[in-house]
Amino acid sequence: MDWFRIFIKGAALTALLTGCATPLPPRIEAPKLGTPVTADTLIAQTLNVFPDGRGLPSGQGSVAEGARLFARHCAGCHGKDGRGGTAEELTGASRPLDHPAADKTIGSYWPYATTLFDFIRRAKPMGAPGTLSADEVYALSAWLLHANGLIAADTVMDAARLAALRMPNRDGFLRIEAP
Amino acid sequence: MARNPNDHPDQPRVGEGRLDRRGFLKHGATLAAVTTPAVAQATQVGGDLPWLHVPGQPFSGYGQPSPHERYTARRIGANRAVAGNGVSFTPLEDLEGTITPNGLHFERHHNGVPQIDPAQHRLVVHGRVRQPLSFDVKSLLRYPMRSQLLFIECGGNSNAGWHAEPIQRPAGSVHGLVSCAEWTGVPLSILLDEAGVDPGASWVIAEGADAGAMNMSIPLGKMRDDCLIGLYQNGERLRPENGYPMRLIVPGWEGVLHVKWLQRLEVADQPVMSRNETSKYTELLPSGKARQFTFTMGCKSLITTPSHGQTLRQPDVYQISGLAWSGHGRISRVEVSADNGRHWSDAALQSPALPRCFTRFRLPWRWDGKPAVLKSRATDEAGNVQPERAALIAERGRAGYFHYHAIVAWAVEDDGLVSHIY
Repeated sequence: MDWFRIFIKGAALTALLTGCATPLPPRIEAPKLGTPVTADTLIAQTLNVFPDGRGLPSGQGSVAEGARLFARHCAGCHGKDGRGGTAEELTGASRPLDHPAADKTIGSYWPYATTLFDFIRRAKPMGAPGTLSADEVYALSAWLLHANGLIAADTVMDAARLAALRMPNRDGFLRIEAP
Repeated sequence: MARNPNDHPDQPRVGEGRLDRRGFLKHGATLAAVTTPAVAQATQVGGDLPWLHVPGQPFSGYGQPSPHERYTARRIGANRAVAGNGVSFTPLEDLEGTITPNGLHFERHHNGVPQIDPAQHRLVVHGRVRQPLSFDVKSLLRYPMRSQLLFIECGGNSNAGWHAEPIQRPAGSVHGLVSCAEWTGVPLSILLDEAGVDPGASWVIAEGADAGAMNMSIPLGKMRDDCLIGLYQNGERLRPENGYPMRLIVPGWEGVLHVKWLQRLEVADQPVMSRNETSKYTELLPSGKARQFTFTMGCKSLITTPSHGQTLRQPDVYQISGLAWSGHGRISRVEVSADNGRHWSDAALQSPALPRCFTRFRLPWRWDGKPAVLKSRATDEAGNVQPERAALIAERGRAGYFHYHAIVAWAVEDDGLVSHIY
C-alpha cells in the first residue's frame, strides 16, 4: 500500500501548504478477532432448513408415530386434533384466505413444508425445545401434513419427500421488500 | 399551518375545538397568573416537610426510580400456559422526551428471557462466506463501534386498530410495542468483510440463543448498509430482556428482525422461510394474498397526553404532547387536529429530529369544555403521510394484523374524560 501512504503524505503536505481542510487519516483497519469454525462444528450446530431442503438431516418418521408424539408433546396446547386448544390452530381450516376471518393453518397458509422441520426442531416442544430427534421431527411433520389432508396416512416422511411437497398456498405471498 | 381565512391570529380559538399556537403565546401570561397561587401554597407546606430535617438515604450502586413512580411500569400480556411467551408494553403515556428507559423498553419474547453467561456465548458467521468465524463477547467489545438513537417497533404494534371497535386501554397498552434508545455496537459490515461474503449471497439468516433459537431472514444489502451488532443500550450493556449479551439492530425495520441473544448469522442466497417470516409477520390482504417481507415500519404518530383514561379537570390550556417516528427516515412534520381532522395545525418538533428515531411533538391547546376529538398526523422526509384509519383499511382490509400505523383519535368528552374512538 505504498502508493496509499504516498498519497496521504502528499495530501498532508498540500493541506499544510494551503492551510485548508485537515486530510483524512489513513484508514485504520478493524481488528480481526474471529476464530475459524470447522465444518464439522457448523454441521452439528446449524438449524436452518431452506425451502429446497438444504439443512435437512437424514432420518424418517411415519404419520402414526407422529400422532403418538403429537398427543404426548403438543395436544395439551394445540388440541387433540391440532385445533381447539389455547395455542395456534394448526389444522382444520374452513374459511378461505379471502374470508375476512380467514383460517391460517399449516394446510391453508404455510407456503413451505420445510418450515415445519425448521420450526419444530428448534422450538418445540415449548417446555423443552431442541430435544426431539430428527426422526421424531419428521414424524411430527408427517402427522401435521396428514392432519391437513396433504399426505396419505401411510406416508413415511424424510428429507426428499418434505422438500418435494408443494404446499397449497405456495404462491400466496407478495414479496414486498425482498431483494 | 392550515388556517381558515376567517381566523384572526390574535384570538385563541375558544369554543370551536381548534388550535392556534400563536394565539396561545399571546395569552400565555394568563396561564402564569393562574398558576402562581399554587406555587406559593406549595412553598408554605414545604416548611414542615420531614425530608428537610432528617438525613437522606445513602448512596446506591444502581439507582432506581422514586417509589412514588412505581406505577410507571411495563404492562405485561403473556400466554397463560407459557409465561415467557407474550409481550410487555412501554407505558408511553407516562413518559416524556424521546428516550425509553432501559427498564421500560418493550419486550416481545417467544419463549422467555434466556439467562446467558457471556463467557459461554459466541456469535458465529457462516454459510456463504470464505471463512466461517466465531466471535466471543470480549473480542467484539474491541471492534470499532457506532452509536445511533433508534426506535424499535414490533410489527404487531397497535394491532387492536384492526378491530371493529376502538379498544379502551391506555395509549401505551395498545401502541407501546415501540421504544427508543441509543444503541451502540459493531457495524455488521466489518464482521461480514472479515468472514468474506460470497458474491452470490443475498440474504443473512439471524438466529437467537433463546429457547427456540428464533430465526429471521434479512436482505444482505440492509445488513451491510446500517445494521449493528448491538452491545450497549442507552450507555449500559444490554438488558437480558433486550438481548444480552448482543442483539441485532436493524434501523427502521420491524422489531422481530432485531434478533435478540444473537448467536448465528448464516449468509445465504435465499431466505430460510422460517415460521416467523411466513405464518407470522405476514399480512393477509382481502384478496387472499399476503404481504411478506414488509420490513420498514410506517410513518406514524400518537398523542400521549392527553390520551385514553386521562381527564382534563376544567376548561384551560393543556399541552398536547406526543411521539412520531418513521422507518423511512426523519419526521418532517406533525399536524394536530382538535376537531376530528377538519382543521390541522403544525405542532412544534423537538430538535433534533433524527432519522428512524422518536421525535417528540408538542402543541398548547385551549380546551373550552366542549367535546373535542384530538388527532395527530405525521409526515416523514420521504413524503410518507400517516393515513387515516379508513384509508389504511380500504387498502389492506382488516385481517393483516401487522403494520398498523393509522391516525389515532382521542375523544375528549364534556366531562373531560379522554377515550379512544374511530
